[in-house]
Amino acid sequence: MPFIVEQSGAITIISVTGHLIVANRQELKHVVLERLRTGDREFLVDFAETGYIDSSGLGVLVSLSKKVREQGGELRLAALNEDLRTLFQLTKLDTLFTIVDSREEGLRDN
Amino acid sequence: MDPELIFHLPSDVLRIEGAVEKVVARCHRIIELERRASRVRMNLRVALAEALSNAMLYGNGADRSKRVRVELTITARAIITRVTDEGPGFDYEGIPDPTTPESLLKPDGRGIFLMRKLLDEVSFNERGNSVTLLLRRDQVRRE
Repeated sequence: MPFIVEQSGAITIISVTGHLIVANRQELKHVVLERLRTGDREFLVDFAETGYIDSSGLGVLVSLSKKVREQGGELRLAALNEDLRTLFQLTKLDTLFTIVDSREEGLRDN
Repeated sequence: MDPELIFHLPSDVLRIEGAVEKVVARCHRIIELERRASRVRMNLRVALAEALSNAMLYGNGADRSKRVRVELTITARAIITRVTDEGPGFDYEGIPDPTTPESLLKPDGRGIFLMRKLLDEVSFNERGNSVTLLLRRDQVRRE
């Protein structure tokens, strides 16, 4: 399972261990939508253990962020290394998401 | 120059990760000599994953019986990967910019854009079923 789900207060933390790519994006979608259905509204996706993200991975984050926002919540991103952050900058998706440096910062700032 | 590596795989997205790692592993020795090894590794991985995904899903229409051919050539100046599908071809020129405000919220349409941003050259054959990805080498020291 490339996604580890944890709870910290009202925040659902999803760690992406491995890659977020076309082959597993549906799995992430399922995890977030299921949590959204049961009432979770604040999501923090932790990329500290992530290899790479492809355009399908970026796309699923965009689509999930939209769905979470429609329910009055927020999906934030944490711990992107310099190379991963570049992908968000190139695609201008860094303007769409709140990106924090670490999981700790994401939990502290909420 | 003869390719360093040639292999085929079925149009199954679950095979992409393994194929990408196979290519990166073959480039490992030379990537370690690059000025920005981690960036080279990331760019090659993402661009190749995009090319394979496009070939399988759009080129071959997700038909698992159709195969994708991968060729890797390493020269003193560049890492060149070619991905070819069995499809009729695709118009790679008419793709809108995914970074405009009206496209930013769309979940797709970033694959070819990312390939072009992450690599030094991306070219397609006339039919549109074969893409060549070129990443120039910037070695810290010579092999």
